[in-house]
Amino acid sequence: MTADPKDELVEHLGAMRAFAISLTRNTALADDMVQDAVVKAWSKIDSFQPGTNMRAWLFTILRNTYYSHHRKHRREVEDGEGNLTAGLAQKPDHDGRLQMRDFNQAFDQLTPEQREALTLVGAGGFSYEEAAEMCDVAVGTIKSRVNRGRAHLTEILELSDDDPLESTEAVTMGIVASNQGAL
Amino acid sequence: MSRADRTSRIEQEIEQNLKRAFDDVADQEVPSRLTDLLAQLRSKETDRSQQDAKDEGDANDS
Repeated sequence: MTADPKDELVEHLGAMRAFAISLTRNTALADDMVQDAVVKAWSKIDSFQPGTNMRAWLFTILRNTYYSHHRKHRREVEDGEGNLTAGLAQKPDHDGRLQMRDFNQAFDQLTPEQREALTLVGAGGFSYEEAAEMCDVAVGTIKSRVNRGRAHLTEILELSDDDPLESTEAVTMGIVASNQGAL
Repeated sequence: MSRADRTSRIEQEIEQNLKRAFDDVADQEVPSRLTDLLAQLRSKETDRSQQDAKDEGDANDS
């Protein structure tokens, strides 16, 4: 008896949620979307080729679910339950890393296509070629989405990156300068 | 810190945060509604195949 690929689905639920959240930016909506995708995957498991990457197959179903259905509902739930940036717990930031909240807010401002490409390549461990196949676009399109997404994030985070040391120095310098001017 | 240094630091942090945002969710416990769903789908299927087997048995009897 051969292994049933359906038994493997459970191992990908966590990653499916992570990918869904990168698209919807809302946990409640992401879980609805994963639920729909799991039902679809189950019913069309025969189209999964054993030995190929099941996570890629599931992510493809998930993104199709998002673009055909859940994208429309984003505005309706934006301020509701599960909103990521509103209720997110702050992680301590002792070593100067960017706050996760800043990052999430910047990430929100990208297009879903840029978030998707960045997530697949930058976090999901997929190659540009795999991501292109999953998104049904050319490899060059994925590369340009990744590059634009990165550039946009850098731009936003540079603006919000107020280094407290630098601004303190600037104030001190200003005081010194004005004192010197008074003397 | 020079502007170029700051940009490369931010780029590095973007990579780390992309991974962290993904892994934080992927490593979380999956809500029971999703694991329950798989169990439901499985039990529906088992019921159906048992029904099929029974139908087949009935057909052979006649």
